[in-house]
Amino acid sequence: MARPMQVSRYWRHFREKYRLIGGKCENGHVHFPKREVCPVCGSRNVEEYEFSGKGKVISWTIVRNPPSGFEYYKPYPLALVQLEEGPVVLAQLTDVDPEEIDFGMEVEVVTKKIREFEEDGIILYGYKFRPLVK
Amino acid sequence: MRKAVIIGAGMTPVGEHWKLGLRDLAVEALLNAMDDAGIDKVDSLYVGNMASGSFVEQENLGALIADWAGLGNIPAVKIEAACASGGAAVQEGVKAVLSGLEDVVAVVGVEKMMDAWPSDATRYLAYAADAEWELFHGVSFVALNALVMRYYMKAYGYTEEDLALFAVNAHINGTKNPYAMFKKPIKVETVLKSPYIADPLKLFDASPVCDGAASVIITTPEKAKELGIPKEKWVEVAGMGRAIDTINLANREDLLTLKAAKVAAERAYRMAGVTAKDIDFFEVHDAFTIMAALSLEALGVAERGKGAQLAKEGQIAIDADYPIQTMGGLKARGHPVGATGVYQTVEAVLQLRGEAPSQVPDAEIGLTQNIGGTGSNITVSIFRRV
Ligand SMILES: [Zn+2]
Repeated sequence: MARPMQVSRYWRHFREKYRLIGGKCENGHVHFPKREVCPVCGSRNVEEYEFSGKGKVISWTIVRNPPSGFEYYKPYPLALVQLEEGPVVLAQLTDVDPEEIDFGMEVEVVTKKIREFEEDGIILYGYKFRPLVK
Repeated sequence: MRKAVIIGAGMTPVGEHWKLGLRDLAVEALLNAMDDAGIDKVDSLYVGNMASGSFVEQENLGALIADWAGLGNIPAVKIEAACASGGAAVQEGVKAVLSGLEDVVAVVGVEKMMDAWPSDATRYLAYAADAEWELFHGVSFVALNALVMRYYMKAYGYTEEDLALFAVNAHINGTKNPYAMFKKPIKVETVLKSPYIADPLKLFDASPVCDGAASVIITTPEKAKELGIPKEKWVEVAGMGRAIDTINLANREDLLTLKAAKVAAERAYRMAGVTAKDIDFFEVHDAFTIMAALSLEALGVAERGKGAQLAKEGQIAIDADYPIQTMGGLKARGHPVGATGVYQTVEAVLQLRGEAPSQVPDAEIGLTQNIGGTGSNITVSIFRRV
């Protein structure tokens, strides 16, 4: 397979992915990821908004047949997490027993390795969610 | 306003075509459709295809297929809307005819998937998701649909068994279709015992990776008459609609509403002057059993949360009130992604001509619905017997 990954493709999203930064429009609508145009009201006056990183699992699955590039990590849990501020984020769950995942499970964001490429390739990091450490 | 009729339909069997390449499949289907109409030239070609560049390192399909089919220096382009590419190509062909710029238009949908490694095929299909915010995290299309399936089951109290009924129904209808990839009936247990690909979604909830091509020829009634096409061949394109939704599943206002299908269906019903009750059969996009349930709801056939209930009540069988997947659907006929919407169109044409292998009695109006992405790009078309 050709190498589709350019480093620039990833560093341009470092802040959003490491700090969970989305957008908030002038009318207070928050969304993730940040967009030029507010998906609720259409306002173009959108500022960065940092989410707390706490949320609840609203649905999940276990990826057993991943796309190429992710085979090494299978099986891995993937979830839709509703952040406490409202927006839903798709991400992998980590540090969790798949049997323990349930609707409404409280989770928090953590920066983790997402995948590696060939020996001389880059290593991608990003957000995952883990059960809330109280 | 001009009207559009389909005067020719052709396809290749769906399956693992180890001896045939993308151009072979496309040309075969296209020539079959032209032979069916009895014509040897067209004004233009629209190719429905999702990911030929990824699967077989071939883009510029308009030139490739028109050239190899011997169509001369006509305009020819590829139309891409993920798994809804075929449905979109049919609609672009219809629009070309309705616009008055082109009189006889060919549409071919083609996908050659088996030349790729399975995990690469999974990756290429996931290119229809959001690359930065979904694929980055290791999603597959199966996984995205599994997230919706679990949410749906929880919301309305359905079981994996309930959703399996859609696969069972598709296989029953596929048994009679000589072009179907799977011609064997299955039981609910077959689905339940198949392995999880992305829990709670199992192998038999999903349509297969495969190869295939299908084609239709579109013109106006006036031109069809002029060309001497017998009226038994004609099927009217009565209505159509198309709409998008957020590309990222997580950004959906409501995970359990295929809003794009709802909007597209409203447009198509309005254009055709019909409602869901007038439709005699529905070719819906059952790439996954959950999508069949949600599609029936979005099309107004079932109320919200009642899509799977229709299957439980036996209302989706060929001789019931709301027949779906009359020739096997994506599950049993197969889902060569960019070709699927054109297969659905060919199947609607056969039903409305009364030539289908498992015929819906007295079918007069049929609907096709083709989904791209996780519901992010959807076409709905309505066809009527002439
Ligand atoms: Zn806003």
